Amino acid sequence: MQAILELKNIGYSYHNLHGETQALSNISFGVQEGEFVAIVGPSGCGKSTLLSIIAGLLSPEQGTIVVNNPDGSLNYPRIGYMLQRDHLFEWRTVYKNVTLGLEIRHMMTPDRLAAVDRLLTDYGLEKFKDKRPSELSGGMKQRAALIRTLALDPQLLLLDEPFSALDYQTRLFVSADICRLIRAAKKTMIIITHDLSEAISIADRVIILSNRPATVKAQMPIRLTLTDNSPLASRNAPEFQQYFNQLWEDLNNDN
Amino acid sequence: MTIKLKKRETPPELTRQEKFVKAHRRHHHKISAMRLMVFLFFLILWETSSDLGWIDSFFFSSPCRVVKCFVTQIHTNSLLSHIGVTLFETIASFLLVLLVSLAVATLLWYSANLSEVAEPYLVVLNSLPKSALAPLFIVWLGTGSTTIIVAGISVAVFGSIISFYTGFQQVDQEKITLIYTLGGNRRDAFTKVVLPGSIPILLSTAKVNIGLALVGVIIGEFLAARRGLGYLIIYGSQVFQLDMVITSIIILCIIALGFYKSIQMIEHHIRKRFKM
Repeated sequence: MQAILELKNIGYSYHNLHGETQALSNISFGVQEGEFVAIVGPSGCGKSTLLSIIAGLLSPEQGTIVVNNPDGSLNYPRIGYMLQRDHLFEWRTVYKNVTLGLEIRHMMTPDRLAAVDRLLTDYGLEKFKDKRPSELSGGMKQRAALIRTLALDPQLLLLDEPFSALDYQTRLFVSADICRLIRAAKKTMIIITHDLSEAISIADRVIILSNRPATVKAQMPIRLTLTDNSPLASRNAPEFQQYFNQLWEDLNNDN
Repeated sequence: MTIKLKKRETPPELTRQEKFVKAHRRHHHKISAMRLMVFLFFLILWETSSDLGWIDSFFFSSPCRVVKCFVTQIHTNSLLSHIGVTLFETIASFLLVLLVSLAVATLLWYSANLSEVAEPYLVVLNSLPKSALAPLFIVWLGTGSTTIIVAGISVAVFGSIISFYTGFQQVDQEKITLIYTLGGNRRDAFTKVVLPGSIPILLSTAKVNIGLALVGVIIGEFLAARRGLGYLIIYGSQVFQLDMVITSIIILCIIALGFYKSIQMIEHHIRKRFKM
């Protein structure tokens, strides 16, 4: 399988009057189509910067991003970005929130809207279409945010600690839920998390970044037996603890 | 024992809610009644003290004299048209302030360079006592309604620009990032996030502005007008018709209250519509 997205020697620095702070240095990895990649690393190491670069919100100072579409085209993959909080707008109904992307891109076509309606039905939100976001539970808000992202039919989803605003119990459910939905939608995903268990239970591969300036310290493919692909069940896999210890070691090993 | 008994006697959930609503209403009525009483007490005190000669009603007037003055002024001096002029000028300058400051704040938000350049000028103009400008307006624009409206605008507009711009800047940066991740541009960020997100600040600034516009209009009328309540106040004090002065001031109080209440109603309406 070929990587649909390949990062080659990406580097990025922040500048201010006191000097320059290197955030990313020489980062290279690829992402296969349909793969779930988790990126873990110490806080403040530049994970979000990396995601912003992949999303095209920032341009890298060094290095290139290579795109290999299966159909041979050179178009940058359509990217959906989920931020740390759902950021549903209280002055819009749930429906107006999930169609925000379509509205911005002037793509309120009948097929797109039909796809949104299908997602709302599939995710059990169609009864809440005309409600305000504050009337939804935390999990439902994340689902609404996911629909908003999926409405633009992205090929690659970027998730920047998307569950960190939730309490622990809700978080377990919601991360399992959202990941199942993204798998079902057959999307590729890169997720940033600081929760190692979450990374192991969700991802096909974990990329470990070093302290600032972040470099790729190690990459660890995750193969769990007994998996029915539900993150909750995979926490009980026999290899889970082993992966966790290995990740912990890689993360804290400063050589 | 007694506590247990009490618990048994307490009515079920719904009536408890009704009780709460009832208590809330009673509290509300009580406050309204007390407000009215303060007003009546003030009126009675004012009337009796002028009737009994504790104060000189020539200087301090009295409620009866105010009412009499009001009625005669309507017939002899077309008081209603003076009120109308002041109302018109205030509303005109209020609407222009909203329009101008919204436009300028939007420009400042769009251009970081412009806002950096403009900042010291805005601060100076905002702190400047605007009454100092009124004589200039008279020379430039004459003594008509235009001068008065410009004076009204000058009092409110700079503060209003600063409040709007500050409000625009306080919008959550991540919400703007969200717009960019969905493929939007700066214009989308403004229309979809910044403007709707600033509605509470727009409303509270509007409340302040209507009062400031009234202040500016009265200052303008003091100096330059032949019509309006500000003119009546100055004219009345010059010819020692203090009844006229006090009547005009009381009418101004009522106008200010009316404006405030109108904006409050509009605010309530908008908040209900946007569920804020």
